[in-house]
Amino acid sequence: MIPEAPAYWPDPAALADAVALRDRGAIAAALNLLDDRRQEARVRASVLMNRLAARPSSGAHVIGITGPPGSGKSSLSSALIGVWREAGRTVGVLAVDPSSPRTGGALLGDRIRMLRPDDDAVFIRSLASRGELGGLSPEAGPMSLVMLAAFDVVVVETVGIGQSEVDVAELADTTCCVVQPASGDAVQFLKSGIMEVPDLFVVSKADLGVLAERTARELKGAIPRKPEGEWAANVTLVSATTGTGVAELARGFDAHRAWLDAGGQLGDRRRRHQARWILKRLREEFGVHGIERLGGGDGLIKELLRERVPPLTRHEELRKRILSLYGSPEGERT
Amino acid sequence: MSDVKKKAPPWLMRTYSGHSSARQSNDLYRTNLAKGQTGLSIAFDLPTQTGYDADHPLARGEVGKVGVPIASVEDMVALLEAIPLGEMNTSMTINATAAWLLALYVAVADRQGVERKALRGTTQNDILKEYLSRGTYIFPPAPSMRLTTDMVAWTSREIPEFNPTNVCSYHLQEAGATPVQEIAYAAASGLAVLDATKAAGQVAPGDFAEVVGRISFFVNAGIRFVEECCKMRAFTRLWDELMETRYGVQDPKLRRFRYGVQVNSLGLTEAQPENNVQRIVIEMLAVVLSKDARARAVQLPAWNEALGLPRPWDQQWALRIQQVIAHETDLLEYGDIFNGSPVIAAKTDALLQGARVELERVEQMGGMIAAVESGYVKRELVRSHMERLRAIERGDITIVGVNRFQETAESPLTGRAESAFLKVDHLAEREQIERLRAFRARRISDDVAAALRDLTDAARSTENIMPASIRCAHAGVTTGEWGDVLRKIFGEYRAPTGIDISTSVPGVKDREQALVERVRKTGQDLGRPLKMLVGKPGLDGHSNGAEQIAVKARDAGFEVVYDGIRLTPQQIATAALEEGVHVVGLSVLSGSHMDLVREIMDEMRARGLKATPVVVGGIIPAEDVSALRTMGVAAVYTPKDADLNRIIGELVDVVRAAQGLSSFGLLA
Repeated sequence: MIPEAPAYWPDPAALADAVALRDRGAIAAALNLLDDRRQEARVRASVLMNRLAARPSSGAHVIGITGPPGSGKSSLSSALIGVWREAGRTVGVLAVDPSSPRTGGALLGDRIRMLRPDDDAVFIRSLASRGELGGLSPEAGPMSLVMLAAFDVVVVETVGIGQSEVDVAELADTTCCVVQPASGDAVQFLKSGIMEVPDLFVVSKADLGVLAERTARELKGAIPRKPEGEWAANVTLVSATTGTGVAELARGFDAHRAWLDAGGQLGDRRRRHQARWILKRLREEFGVHGIERLGGGDGLIKELLRERVPPLTRHEELRKRILSLYGSPEGERT
Repeated sequence: MSDVKKKAPPWLMRTYSGHSSARQSNDLYRTNLAKGQTGLSIAFDLPTQTGYDADHPLARGEVGKVGVPIASVEDMVALLEAIPLGEMNTSMTINATAAWLLALYVAVADRQGVERKALRGTTQNDILKEYLSRGTYIFPPAPSMRLTTDMVAWTSREIPEFNPTNVCSYHLQEAGATPVQEIAYAAASGLAVLDATKAAGQVAPGDFAEVVGRISFFVNAGIRFVEECCKMRAFTRLWDELMETRYGVQDPKLRRFRYGVQVNSLGLTEAQPENNVQRIVIEMLAVVLSKDARARAVQLPAWNEALGLPRPWDQQWALRIQQVIAHETDLLEYGDIFNGSPVIAAKTDALLQGARVELERVEQMGGMIAAVESGYVKRELVRSHMERLRAIERGDITIVGVNRFQETAESPLTGRAESAFLKVDHLAEREQIERLRAFRARRISDDVAAALRDLTDAARSTENIMPASIRCAHAGVTTGEWGDVLRKIFGEYRAPTGIDISTSVPGVKDREQALVERVRKTGQDLGRPLKMLVGKPGLDGHSNGAEQIAVKARDAGFEVVYDGIRLTPQQIATAALEEGVHVVGLSVLSGSHMDLVREIMDEMRARGLKATPVVVGGIIPAEDVSALRTMGVAAVYTPKDADLNRIIGELVDVVRAAQGLSSFGLLA
């Protein structure tokens, strides 16, 4: 039983409405609430998310940006923010950094590379990975949905190569992988066998010239061919220093979003992400065995895709169902 | 006294000073020169160092604080009034805006009718260490190095007696460097400047050896004075060797490691500050005893620098220390007194060996610029610094009056604490802004516009920046205007913070484990891990304190948001809101804490963050501590609070109190 510290609990419905109006205090409070593991917070977070889910979906876009440390992700985000702001679009950023496995502590230093004017239309929240191997903490999914309700573009930025692409692709509409020239990143990436995952590739530090071009060629050569009508990933050379390629990349994101929309895939993709988020959380808590008790992962995903219940509420219901199957009293996590 | 003539000439004696206004600083300089000081050492305020005018929002609270504000040629004329530049040797601690301040200096010489060739002195102009320690950089490394090489080339043609760059190991030591790291990184920085100068092609190959001879160094002397003495000998040998092998310089005089010294200011203690006098004397001995490795210029801090701004009498005392050693003792009558000592030779060899290895590592990374940009050097420095602090915590390093022998009688020197240092003139900022606005109104705007166009053209091309800057100086351009033009063309830089290191040590001590447990438990009570924002408001770039707190808090289990230096109060309050932190820690060492903290707390209140506690660290006099507490600051830390575990333990309790939880109390 986790003790409840005396605290001011926000009214989740009012919070949801204020989030949609891009009230900065409300967005911060909503993100704090989603981060809070106390029982009271979980109940309120469910109400918040249901209220947000009931709103008509906006034209907003969740973009995952991932890449190894030092590949220039934050500088790139910063440059993209400039382009989007010029086009009058609002931007939310979730920047995820690794936690220390020993103490759980983390240094979150991404804001430093995101120089920006004091601008109410941009909001940056840093988040620790909290031991998730794929570089994404469990809270990132719901947090990106809160930002989605408030901003035109939501960027989720994570560190790593390999598993992190897979993870960020499970919450983003569009996934972009950043590779640094002549760093061996490209080779690492090719070896990781997940060339299928990113929708776009970026070779950063294009100001390095020949080296950057060579890396871009290597990547292009390794992208699997796609049949007509399917999305074919491309490679953009970008320099955050000189601004080269940034606008082109922003257009690439829009093109992918438009392609998803045209094929009616955006809604499917988001529902699939939410279903997989639920499955993953349940698997963490109850293991494969717990999922089996509900009839197995594939069946569960199918069931979840049929309905339109918001993820936090659905997750809580399924937890209770598993707990009752185990015969334990429902309630708190230990 | 017949043998007086045989004495070696003494070093240049300076006192690093400047404050409030050009006029007041000029008074101070003239007083110091009259007391026997033989050179000038100008301290500029942070807006001047970072290229802002006094009325820029970032300059708020910083004008005239850590040095003199210089906005235009008019200020520079006032600063140097009645000081004949043809006879003076002037050191200017200026880096990102060095080209501009040198241009102003030259413009004043032009107006005094002094021939440029007669100018002697030094601009610090070592940008690499600014990225690592001092923090007054503006532009990214490439354009910054271009400004440096422009100055090297221009001075070698126009003012050949001037040292265009003074490579600083001083601040590397402050940032945590061991003697080996200090030698290696300073040498690597020197090589970076020379390589860049060579590559820029502005200096004829035949003149390159002369350029090598103009590179000087600025070194820190710490309390381990035997080692420090050996460090200087090792430096001397390494530089000689490098200049011969790398650039083929034949004349040994041009390969000479020429250096000035400021003894270690950050090592001075706030507790029992009178002990700083013997520290200063001993540290000075390290750099003057050995004739073969003797400093060319020495500046000593005042005994009370850890308390606040030194008064004229405090600076006089510092100068008299130098004069006693140079003129009363027999030191200057002898050759090198260490040659032949096997202990000194062995220690020097060991340092030299270590430095060669580290220098080679930096070279392998592609040289100092690459090693700085990659974050490698900063990480190594943060690590060394952390180890040193741990050794102090453990009591392995003794600091008299701080972690041993703390008991003290009441000091007659600091009895009335508020009068034991100089108060900054509170009107200084407003008066400087008034002067600046009046100056802007008076100058001929067409001349200014034309000069700024020339500057823009020069910056965009490969033309040397100095002639256009001197034209700007004469036309009445201000420091902020010069900085803005170059910012627009070169862009601004955020340096790596270096705190992404792992400091996990085998066998965490019980006390640290207890702290980790407190952080974890509090996070559980509050439903999510404890999150802290470490903020450095204002222009002050001394980030060591903030970095150490950030690393320590992370190691205790906090999720720490650290955004680096030079943030506005608005940016800090915005970050506190967006990040949803439980506590905000602010670090201010420039003396502007009252204004900055007040503004940040106002901004936080405006964002509904009234309940988020704020703690402050810095060089903060006792009366300001209570004023800050009255303002609502939850805790204030000064340099005498050396126990980081205790500080983090208190932070946990500050959060608990703010959230209505019972406190844990003092960490056992």
